[in-house]
Amino acid sequence: MRMPLWLQVERRASISPWKVFGISIGAILLAMLLAGLFFQLFGVSPIRAYGDIVRGALGSKLGITETIRRMIPLLVIGVGLTVAFRALFWNIGAEGQLLVGTVAAAGVALFSGIPEVLMIPAMFIAGFAAGALWGIGPAYLKAKLGINDVITTLLLNYVAIALVEWLVYGPWKGPTQRGFAYTDRFSAAASLPVIAGTRIHWPTLAIGVFAAVVLFVVVRRTRVGFEIRVVGENPDAAKYSGISQTKITLLAMMISGGLAGVAGVGEVAGIHHMLLSPEQISLGYGYTAIIVAWLARRNPLAAILTSFLFGVIMRGGDVIKVSLGLPFELVDVFNGIILFMLIGSELFIRYRVRFGARREVA
Amino acid sequence: MRGIVKRFPGVLANDGVDLLVRRGEIHCLLGENGAGKTTLMRILYGLYQPDAGEIRLRGETIRVASPKAALSHRIGMVHQHFHLVSTLSVEENIVLGLSEGTGPFLRFRRTRAKIHRLAEEYGLEVDPTAKVWQLSVGQQQRVEILKALYRDADVLIMDEPTSVLTPQEVEALFGTLRTLVEDGLTVIFITHKLDEVMEASHRVTVLRKGKAVATVNTAETSKEELARLMVGREVVFRVEKDAAELGGKVLSVQDLHANNDRGLSALQGVTFDLCSGEILGVAGVSGNGQHELSEVLTGLRRATRGSAILEKKDLTNCSAREIADLGVAHVPTERIRVGTVPTMSIRENLILKSYRTPDFCKWSILNEKAAYENACQAMTEYEISAPHDGTAAKNLSGGNIQRLVLARELCGCPGLVVAAHPTYGLDVGATEQVRKVLLEQRARGAGILLISEDLDEILQLSDRILVIYEGRIMGIVDAQDAVLEELGLMMAGTGQQEVSA
Repeated sequence: MRMPLWLQVERRASISPWKVFGISIGAILLAMLLAGLFFQLFGVSPIRAYGDIVRGALGSKLGITETIRRMIPLLVIGVGLTVAFRALFWNIGAEGQLLVGTVAAAGVALFSGIPEVLMIPAMFIAGFAAGALWGIGPAYLKAKLGINDVITTLLLNYVAIALVEWLVYGPWKGPTQRGFAYTDRFSAAASLPVIAGTRIHWPTLAIGVFAAVVLFVVVRRTRVGFEIRVVGENPDAAKYSGISQTKITLLAMMISGGLAGVAGVGEVAGIHHMLLSPEQISLGYGYTAIIVAWLARRNPLAAILTSFLFGVIMRGGDVIKVSLGLPFELVDVFNGIILFMLIGSELFIRYRVRFGARREVA
Repeated sequence: MRGIVKRFPGVLANDGVDLLVRRGEIHCLLGENGAGKTTLMRILYGLYQPDAGEIRLRGETIRVASPKAALSHRIGMVHQHFHLVSTLSVEENIVLGLSEGTGPFLRFRRTRAKIHRLAEEYGLEVDPTAKVWQLSVGQQQRVEILKALYRDADVLIMDEPTSVLTPQEVEALFGTLRTLVEDGLTVIFITHKLDEVMEASHRVTVLRKGKAVATVNTAETSKEELARLMVGREVVFRVEKDAAELGGKVLSVQDLHANNDRGLSALQGVTFDLCSGEILGVAGVSGNGQHELSEVLTGLRRATRGSAILEKKDLTNCSAREIADLGVAHVPTERIRVGTVPTMSIRENLILKSYRTPDFCKWSILNEKAAYENACQAMTEYEISAPHDGTAAKNLSGGNIQRLVLARELCGCPGLVVAAHPTYGLDVGATEQVRKVLLEQRARGAGILLISEDLDEILQLSDRILVIYEGRIMGIVDAQDAVLEELGLMMAGTGQQEVSA
């Protein structure tokens, strides 16, 4: 690597988790600084904007509950993505996996006629299965034919978007919705319970936290977790020791896609109570969750923390839209900058960088 | 270089090293793996920054912030593992990263003339338009040397340059280095091979555990003295080997064919038998099918024709796991990249193959305590030195990584051991230990296929020697009757009948 003289770069032998934490915080602060320029461009003082975001997301009961509502899908998807990323599968398709999860849930809710007590479990199972299937396809193509996973998962997002649009404008359009592109409303039995006075559909939240804990233990302590780590850390050693990369990739994508599907079930059964157009269901949860998983450094437990952080940011976007008249898309800009900074910060995790010139005597 | 100190977490790699190299000499830097030779040279080449100490070049104190700075001080380095772009041509590799002041376009006429001049002067013939992947390892090394010379290097650091070469290529390299120093260049030559020190160098500095223990004139020392300085105790050069007690046939390979990674034929009808209690050495220049042979036998590569029978079981094209479960141990060529997971701990690397057995896994939960006890036992038995069992494999020295691989592969008393370059790049102490371990396995009754490019090693350890060239067996000779020159000729493609005729 070519480096200027005032920089000294050396490979690190190891790094403590605290340093990783510190570097991540540094990346976020830098991103906030840069994003501040955008607020300035809109003629809003960044300090005021950040003040509004924090107050709006954390300063009131409503703020906190809405933050958690945003956090739920990010958590459920993000936890799954940590596993996929650990197995070196770059799943950029969580958005599509979420959407097919909503389709499966709506299908079960509207057309299955399952007994009421079984309705919610059936919707979750169907959503998981649909998301997992959506994810396993690219996994299989990568394992067997070496087809790039980033491209296949990403493109399948658009297929899922088209599928949902076709359904809500076409065959599934609800007769009772007076021409709107919605399905009919789900019955009460197909709606998730919420914490009273909020939009927190707690069963999905519980699934997310449970999945985080379980997957943390699975990755650290179990046979299959060991295999996932070996495949992810060194595929050649995995092959050498007889671990099937195909099997592990399929499994990781089943978990990752399945959880994204579950997040979709939560959104339609907990928030909307119907299937509606894709951009109303998801504000890019599947993409933001990539940053959630990345910031968590592929640790499922840490995803609880990072998904909350991004819940704050998304909620903050809602707030500044109203209070300062800024576009919600600024959230995407902000998220993009954070991801950029995080990837940049990898340098500091792998290398020790020291600043400060000592003059070279020629 | 004076008082150089370099710390890595948990290791003091250089502990106040003084190194004085005179202009126009070949100066060997001798030491075991982990003694700090490479670290010291990486500091000189600007890849690492020293924690203390100073570097003086031609009487002036300098600070080498980067390899670019090193080159501006006319210090060049040829690494043990080459840094070439294999899809580019030789001349493209040589000018890579240089700005010649020609704008965005590369002009090869002038560069080609300079390359030709350098190549001719120093005996480094290589076709400038050939792509690097087409070249043999020896030729690639020449490209690396040319690269440094092209940048007007005046001090040339060679990191273990002979480990990948045939005896003939080593001779040619030494010839080149001698011409270089006659022209006033200075060569620093890192090695742990005593014969090379004696043959090639003018002076030698011995490093041990991060300290420079002595600098002596080569003419005034002996192999024995250097070995003592390097290891810190007396070294036995001959490996004690009992007469072979051959048992039944362990492995029977019939007309084996396989392709290499590029889909070209790499094994073209290999046939041999291996008995229990026998070491069969496979000699050959690298890239003649040895690697593919080891991979086919261990399930990492498909055979396109032929068979390999282990005792009574056909293991042709079984999976790596099935073959390992049949009691075949594999010490892979690339022990770090293939044989370990560098980011995982010693403990976890030791159970890389046995993690799913009942010993280490119940109800698909890993048994951490069993893994810990296994690690403690293996670390004691195989003398793996590391702070503790949780140390990441990437922080181990080459010798310790090989001890780790051996400890893992040899537990469970395998019937067949496929050992590829088991001592490649290891220091004297570790080499001695690895060879001892292989002989123990032989005495226990294992059949051992020893693939190595170190002919001395093959001659010392093997009972029979198989020479392979372009995927064909040129001959199989008894080790007692083997003559080095004849093996060399067979390695270069001459058939056994012609050689002995």
